[in-house]
Amino acid sequence: MSSDTQDRAGAPARASLLNDPKARGLFYQIVVVVGLALFFWFIVSNTIHNLQRLNIASGFGFLENTAGFGTSQSLINYSESSSYGDAILVGLLNTILVAVIGIFFATLLGFLIGVARLSNNWIISKLAYCYVELLRNVPLLLQIFFWYFAVLRSIPGKREKWSLFDTFHLNIVGLRGPAPIFEPGSQFMFYALIVAIGAAFGLSRWARKRQDATGQQFPSFWAGLGLIIGLPTVVCLLTGVPVHLEYPVFNETGPILKRGFELGTGFNLIPELLALVLALSLYTAAFIAEIVRAGIQAVSHGQTEAAQALGIRQGLTLRLVVIPQAMRVIIPPLTSQFLNLTKNSSLAVAIGFPDLVSMGGTVLNQTGQALEVIAIWMAVYLSLSLLTSAFMNWYNQRMALVER
Amino acid sequence: MSNKILPLVIGAAMGVGATAAHATTLEDVKAKGFVQCGVSQGLPGFSNPDAQGNWSGIDVDYCRGVAAAVFGDANAVKFTPLSSKDRFTALSSGEIDILSRNTTWTMSRDTQMGLNFAGVTYYDGQGFMVRKDLGVTSALELSGASVCTQTGTTTELNVADYFRSHNMPYEIVAFDNNNSVVEAYDAGRCDVFTTDASGLYAERLKLANPGDHIVLPEIISKEPLGPVVRQGDDQWFSVAKWTLNAMINAEELGVTSANVDEMKASDNPGIKRLLGTEGAFGEPLGLSNEWAYNIIKQVGNYAEIFDKNIGPDTPLGISRGVNALWSQGGFMYAPPIR
Amino acid sequence: MSDAQMFQIRTVEAPRLPAPSSTTGVIGWMRQNLFSSIGNTVLTILGALIAWALIEPLIEFALVKAVWTGDDRTACLGADGEHIGACWAYVGDYMQQFIYGRYTTSELWRVNTVYGLFALLLVPLLAPSVPYKGINALLLLVAFPIVAYYLLTGLVIGDTVILPIVETAQWGGLLVTLVIAVTGITASLPLGILFALGRRSNMPIIKLISVIFIEFWRGVPLITVLFMSSVMLPLFLPDGVTFDKLLRVLVGVTLFSSAYMAEVVRGGLQAIPKGQYEGAMALGLRFWPMMYLIILPQALKLVIPGIVNTFIGLFKDTTLVLIVGMFDLLGMIQSSFADPSWATPTQAHTGYLFAAFVFFVFCFGMSRYSIFVEKQLHTGHKR
Repeated sequence: MSSDTQDRAGAPARASLLNDPKARGLFYQIVVVVGLALFFWFIVSNTIHNLQRLNIASGFGFLENTAGFGTSQSLINYSESSSYGDAILVGLLNTILVAVIGIFFATLLGFLIGVARLSNNWIISKLAYCYVELLRNVPLLLQIFFWYFAVLRSIPGKREKWSLFDTFHLNIVGLRGPAPIFEPGSQFMFYALIVAIGAAFGLSRWARKRQDATGQQFPSFWAGLGLIIGLPTVVCLLTGVPVHLEYPVFNETGPILKRGFELGTGFNLIPELLALVLALSLYTAAFIAEIVRAGIQAVSHGQTEAAQALGIRQGLTLRLVVIPQAMRVIIPPLTSQFLNLTKNSSLAVAIGFPDLVSMGGTVLNQTGQALEVIAIWMAVYLSLSLLTSAFMNWYNQRMALVER
Repeated sequence: MSNKILPLVIGAAMGVGATAAHATTLEDVKAKGFVQCGVSQGLPGFSNPDAQGNWSGIDVDYCRGVAAAVFGDANAVKFTPLSSKDRFTALSSGEIDILSRNTTWTMSRDTQMGLNFAGVTYYDGQGFMVRKDLGVTSALELSGASVCTQTGTTTELNVADYFRSHNMPYEIVAFDNNNSVVEAYDAGRCDVFTTDASGLYAERLKLANPGDHIVLPEIISKEPLGPVVRQGDDQWFSVAKWTLNAMINAEELGVTSANVDEMKASDNPGIKRLLGTEGAFGEPLGLSNEWAYNIIKQVGNYAEIFDKNIGPDTPLGISRGVNALWSQGGFMYAPPIR
Repeated sequence: MSDAQMFQIRTVEAPRLPAPSSTTGVIGWMRQNLFSSIGNTVLTILGALIAWALIEPLIEFALVKAVWTGDDRTACLGADGEHIGACWAYVGDYMQQFIYGRYTTSELWRVNTVYGLFALLLVPLLAPSVPYKGINALLLLVAFPIVAYYLLTGLVIGDTVILPIVETAQWGGLLVTLVIAVTGITASLPLGILFALGRRSNMPIIKLISVIFIEFWRGVPLITVLFMSSVMLPLFLPDGVTFDKLLRVLVGVTLFSSAYMAEVVRGGLQAIPKGQYEGAMALGLRFWPMMYLIILPQALKLVIPGIVNTFIGLFKDTTLVLIVGMFDLLGMIQSSFADPSWATPTQAHTGYLFAAFVFFVFCFGMSRYSIFVEKQLHTGHKR
């Protein structure tokens, strides 16, 4: 007993170093850092050694070499004589294109289904439930394959078409419609559009200020919409309509190869893009629907009751009370779904849509520069996700409940 | 905590085929007892697995030849199916010893990627396949067509060159694996399917109605297909080169798997050197003197491999053409064994 | 006139009348849920039409017009004008490849044994009423992987071949899907917990490393990770050291999903009140006992739905391996389309329908089970 106490009394200096959480923490961290450093040194030295041994060129110089391959879809002026760098840029822009279109449709459909899920109507809510469960539990890649390979066989061949209003045509080479051709002078329309958007924005701020100050309301939404549509239209008429529509040309006679839509006429969405966007939006919509449902359910019923007690009409209750509060819950997971959709668009490689991964893969194959191409992929996707996180942090701060 | 053991166990046991780095690939191969050969994921006539996983094809038989030369046993070979994307890394990382996967010999591959091409097993060229009902008879009529092909191949580059140089507009639809290309072409996404001509004949067999499609006469590129090894190992490079050369020389000298035993008694000094009854040509390669005998006995000479896998009597029905011996008007020419 | 006639006292309870027929039974239910207003009625009719438009062709394709037997494509070409639906004969013919890949036919019993053992060990572990959970878990997580590994790959001791080697290149179909999913799931949970703890750690460097690890893997698409593991990993290793392709994919998938798992677990850790930590420390528990006994059981319970969602995601993501040239279930189906002897206009539809069905059964099953467990574990905090 006495020795015990003596030990305790005599030991603090030694015991404190062993048991001191700070010292132990420091020790563990040093071990981890040294371990990691060794690990990375191992990888880097191996890689350098392997590259030298195998005589593989390295560096990003290859990006300026001529690519020599074509692509089915490009937002910039790209031809076979463009460089590898251009090819990767084409892929990046296509990824962004798919992401933007996909996010638009997924959000629209997701909100619709999320609300339908909460409907009092049994059939509607069950339909929404089935949609969500079915789409969420089947792999996206399978859905993409289905929309591309299975549906592709069911739509008309190249020399036939399905038409809607004789303006939009669908067949196996894509969805064609009239393309607007901008003539010189049309730039004024764009300027007008930019001015109109700016004005609408200013108008809504002014209207809000006025409402705060005087309580008078101003229909800023409709006024803004009128501005954005009206101003460019007026400018368009004033400058003598410098835009015309180019309709796709469909040849029904001539050699069989030449029948069907003429290359480069009208506006064409290739089937790879259609299948990818369709699959991505339908799939992501199922997740968004669940988020929306949870968000709306998270708004306590007391809020709706209070609004009713104040005599606010049903529609206004939804718009002014429920949705703003639900959005606080919905937005963060929604952004991460947007990011998921963007990352999932990389599955384009499976159906030959030239997105970033697909184009990068081709470049990788043609040049053998695996390290560099993968580094580009990672850098692009990481910066996209960092941007999204930054937005989310900003939004969370803005939306955090201000406690008074 | 115990569930951490699963990955550890699997990792320790299954994966790390740590072949202790020997000085040369040949020693390595001899130590492990088989040749690891990279092949395609399924191209009839060149390297194709059947439902039981048995491989056949001209590229496969070449690898069997290498195994026969090294071990005297044509079955001492294992096949790794590779996509066009990972074929070169698989070779350079040492995952495979030799790549025999209908790979085109080009300068950049030979010089920039750390590869060595050991010769040409099949002189190919890129061709076009179209539906018969299009009524097209020449590739020059293909202006405005949509073309299906595989990404990351020389094919993709050649087709771009061809249409550009003839000033013909076209739409390219490129997939990352061959089956998708065939499926999309079969579905009617494209008018034209382009790849190496031999590949066209092979892939045509996969279509729903092969008879509805024709291969156009134009050959728009040179596609010498051959086996590949890593740079920096001259001995293994020689083994790879001379396996092929032995097959071609055997055909020229009239030695086949059926008559190779009789031929051992031949007076022809060329045959004697080939079969190891005169001189010691195997030793410098690090092989036995019976090396070529084993190749021919167990696998066959070049003509036998060709006829068995892609010749006129097979579903592919490809005639020798430029792949005939030099003495019969083709390109197949092996340096003499001397 | 007596008083008794002026009022009446009821001594017997009046018979209970049934509720008005408009509020009970099928009709009442329908009134309430389907036809409560004009708008609702319109919606109901619309919904019914949509449901019919979706279900009718599916039933017709998958059942009514389907072909169930046949030897090759001629059976499924719809020559009789009636049977132009799903070609189940083709799925039947390919079933072996879909389930086992190109695994040596004479050795299939080994795969079946593994499947059987797995089911035998998993089912009692999942059923809450079966005792001996500890031994069961130990068997499943320690003994089973070892047995399964040798059964699947083969066993050669010295020169005696006990079980012939079957290379992973021959594996395929559901076998590969399950191997990747099960290994990924079991390995990513502990890794994810480690990184979640790391991210919540007080040690700045550990925290930084965990954050970088998690954000890196979460920021990139799985497909680039798979490309990295199949194309770049070989360059990282010394000369002559090679990894099996399946193992490389396993490593990629595990690291990828462990980052997602880490974030899910972190959510659970954050939800544990500080008092729990302080209480544990006051009891004199060190870090690991505290985590193991107090914090993690509560935290993991909170995030079961998230964990299962990650599992489901991982299971679905196994299909991506076909892009790097491996043949999982979907890859096998995709490659069977190249077989001309079954090429019919409905072959692709049939194959995808089959794959969708299999994946749906697995994923939906997992999500239902998680809801079940959630209810089971919902001790306390009930409102």
